[in-house]
Amino acid sequence: MAHPVLLPPRHYLNDGYGVKSWLLTRDHKRIALLYLAGVTFFFFIGGAFAVLIRLELATPAGDLVSDDTYNKLFTMHGVMMVFFFLIPGIPAVLGNFLVPLMIGARDLAFPKVNLASWYIFIIGATFTMYSVVTGGLDTGWTFYTPFSTVSSTSAVVPAAIGIFITGFSSILTGLNFIVTIHKLRAPGLTWFRLPLFIWSHYAASLIMVLGTPVIAITIVMVAADRIFSFGIFDPSRGGDPVLFQHLFWFYSHPAVYIMILPAMGVISELIAAFCRKQVFGYTFVAFSSLGIAVLGFLVWGHHMFVAGQSVYAALIFSVLSFLVAIPSAVKVFNWTATMYKGSIAWETPMLYAIGFIGLFTIGGLTGLFLAAVGLDVHVTDTYFIVAHFHYIMVGGTIMAYLGGLHYWWPKISGRIYNEMLAKVSAAMIFFGFNLTFFPQFILGYLGMPRRYHAYPPEFQVLNVLSSAGASILGVGYLIPMAYLAWSLRYGRIVGANHWGAVGLEWTTTSPPPTENFAEPPVVTWDAYDYPTQVEGHVA
Amino acid sequence: MWSGTPLFPDAVSTMAPRVDALYFYLVGLTAFFSLLIAGLIIYYAIRFRRRAPDAIGARIEGGTILEITWTVVPLFIVMSIFVWGASVFFAMSRPPDDALNVYVVGKQWMWKFQHLNGQREINELHVPVGRPVKLVMTSEDVIHDVYVPGFRVKADVIPGRYTSLWFEPTKPGRYHLFCAEYCGTRHSGMVGEVVVMEPDAFQAWLSAGGAEGSLASAGAKLFADLACNTCHRPDVQGRAPRLDGLFARTVTLEGGARVVVDEAYIREAIVNPGARVAQGFQAVMPAYQGLVTEEGLLQLIEYVKSLRSEERP
Repeated sequence: MAHPVLLPPRHYLNDGYGVKSWLLTRDHKRIALLYLAGVTFFFFIGGAFAVLIRLELATPAGDLVSDDTYNKLFTMHGVMMVFFFLIPGIPAVLGNFLVPLMIGARDLAFPKVNLASWYIFIIGATFTMYSVVTGGLDTGWTFYTPFSTVSSTSAVVPAAIGIFITGFSSILTGLNFIVTIHKLRAPGLTWFRLPLFIWSHYAASLIMVLGTPVIAITIVMVAADRIFSFGIFDPSRGGDPVLFQHLFWFYSHPAVYIMILPAMGVISELIAAFCRKQVFGYTFVAFSSLGIAVLGFLVWGHHMFVAGQSVYAALIFSVLSFLVAIPSAVKVFNWTATMYKGSIAWETPMLYAIGFIGLFTIGGLTGLFLAAVGLDVHVTDTYFIVAHFHYIMVGGTIMAYLGGLHYWWPKISGRIYNEMLAKVSAAMIFFGFNLTFFPQFILGYLGMPRRYHAYPPEFQVLNVLSSAGASILGVGYLIPMAYLAWSLRYGRIVGANHWGAVGLEWTTTSPPPTENFAEPPVVTWDAYDYPTQVEGHVA
Repeated sequence: MWSGTPLFPDAVSTMAPRVDALYFYLVGLTAFFSLLIAGLIIYYAIRFRRRAPDAIGARIEGGTILEITWTVVPLFIVMSIFVWGASVFFAMSRPPDDALNVYVVGKQWMWKFQHLNGQREINELHVPVGRPVKLVMTSEDVIHDVYVPGFRVKADVIPGRYTSLWFEPTKPGRYHLFCAEYCGTRHSGMVGEVVVMEPDAFQAWLSAGGAEGSLASAGAKLFADLACNTCHRPDVQGRAPRLDGLFARTVTLEGGARVVVDEAYIREAIVNPGARVAQGFQAVMPAYQGLVTEEGLLQLIEYVKSLRSEERP
């Protein structure tokens, strides 16, 4: 290298230093970092609950914490992870940072609404944290009635208000993305030239806007039942507790796709960048995102196969659930095919992407067990389902989130982290994850129910393996936290295009200026259109 | 370390081998596709690793034939799973006609079982081997779930309605019974055992102990205690419908809808009689919501079931 690379003289991080310049910013990149701080905080809170859960389950007897405490731990683990990490995680951090950069825009369509959505998120999280510190919540993250409405004595209402409020932040983010993608694309950037990251965020945004109001209404009904004894879900007042499950899953199943679709978008970007190659079957991958978003609204009943549903309703939900597997499979096959004759770099983000494909494949295939009604009866509400959704949510979404964070970190910070540590921790996370969750498939088929504080002793060995894996996984998550923070100040400065990737975000400086591009870009090429020679690449 | 650690559950009902067969089919598919994808990824990652810093991948846009193949082939595979899973579920949903009925009431945090002859038990369910058993279940408070892993059966137990499941045990022994729907503080303590006995031993167990008469006779007593018989009389059909021979018949409601008189309808007609009134009657019956226990309701239902009629068609 002839001369050291310097940070650009002017970029979004040195455009004002005070607290006010952050808390009142309208820059999507700074708001993304505000979200990053928020979701990282809630991830480690949720993770701390998981550590306590796994410690308790290392022995069959309920001996570490009381049963009520255990019930609160798994509830708050779920609430924190789902509503305050997984749902906002990729869209509000990476999406916020990258959607305008990838489409050549100056910012999102509504910068003030974007900032408002962060404040709404924090206010909602504050309510939920209030319920955590004032005695906790013990309903399970699913809030099933009538337990949550008439039986639980824990702080249901503040937690519910928190989730209700946070929902609006999700709706506003989705709305902002939809309008931005429609209206602010650079000249020449047609729909079928968009990066697949944009397609998947667009699909997820549709779900956020259409699905989230349903959970908001449902939560209001739970609160009304609790405070005013409306009896909507209380059978002794003529209500129906199963109605709650329909309403809850009508949102919460699509919410799974809010969590996984943006992750799939990240993976498409990572595979393309580290194979230096166009994503195989671009249009099929793009439309599979929309297919998942649409079908995802039609499968909620598969959470209720044992809840007294009619046989025919169960069969319809079963067949639709199998159909949703097809677009997911299409993505996996296309990513694999993309690697064929690629120029594959074994960088940290690629390791995460490869890990994602493997774990998501297992997570998706074990979903077929649950869609098969006759088999779901045995495995639902057991550790099999716990393992399945952690393969999707942790093996899928968190792997993609970390992969994306590592990939765009040079863009976000202008610096690179310690790559050796990064690879070691990626390997630890992969190994720790599998050791934690694979034994749970076996436990589930053996019949160990989920949400059990104490369990029969014959299940102990598998639980000990799982707890051992969780400790490796926990350390694996702490290491990136440390070296990423360290790199912010001491990391080696890298150029505009550290990975030698194409994509509009790599054409501007690292970190980008507040207005993103010195000259508004004009696009005359397709996504992932790798030239014969990679230009602007400073390794 | 592994001694005493099972890796596969007991399979002790007629349904268990059917569920397990489907499970093995899916395990096979999962292993095949996971290894295929993982193998390809690892092979490509090594075979096509970047050899020069500026190297780029080959220009390949896609292939329609491949896309169609990996859409249609998985579609056929998942449809085969769907059909198989549906056929198992149909069998699970249709209890044989000769099934032995046992009533189940769940409450935080215990299971109460009532056999037809009046024998009651808590957190233990005795059943004979080789005979289908149907559980008719409800809850006194929140949603619970009866789960017997060895039988591969599970069903939610829901307040305000009856759900059911059935199984036919194939091997005597004691098997776990779990509550599988989170129900509060002592959810993980809401466990019990299914005791599968040889038929003779079961009969001996059933007739031993202090059963205070059959469920139907307990229901008859309750029927009189609650003064139901002042209106529901066997001789005249005046203010209230006659109940003899009513069970399993189809009756016409006010407004013309028709309903089969089953456990759920009888329950509703007691706790909330105004909801679906039989044609030709006034909605004059008081609601018994909260006045009769769930077990009392089950006794009344058994009583109504026991009222056979010779005269009525």
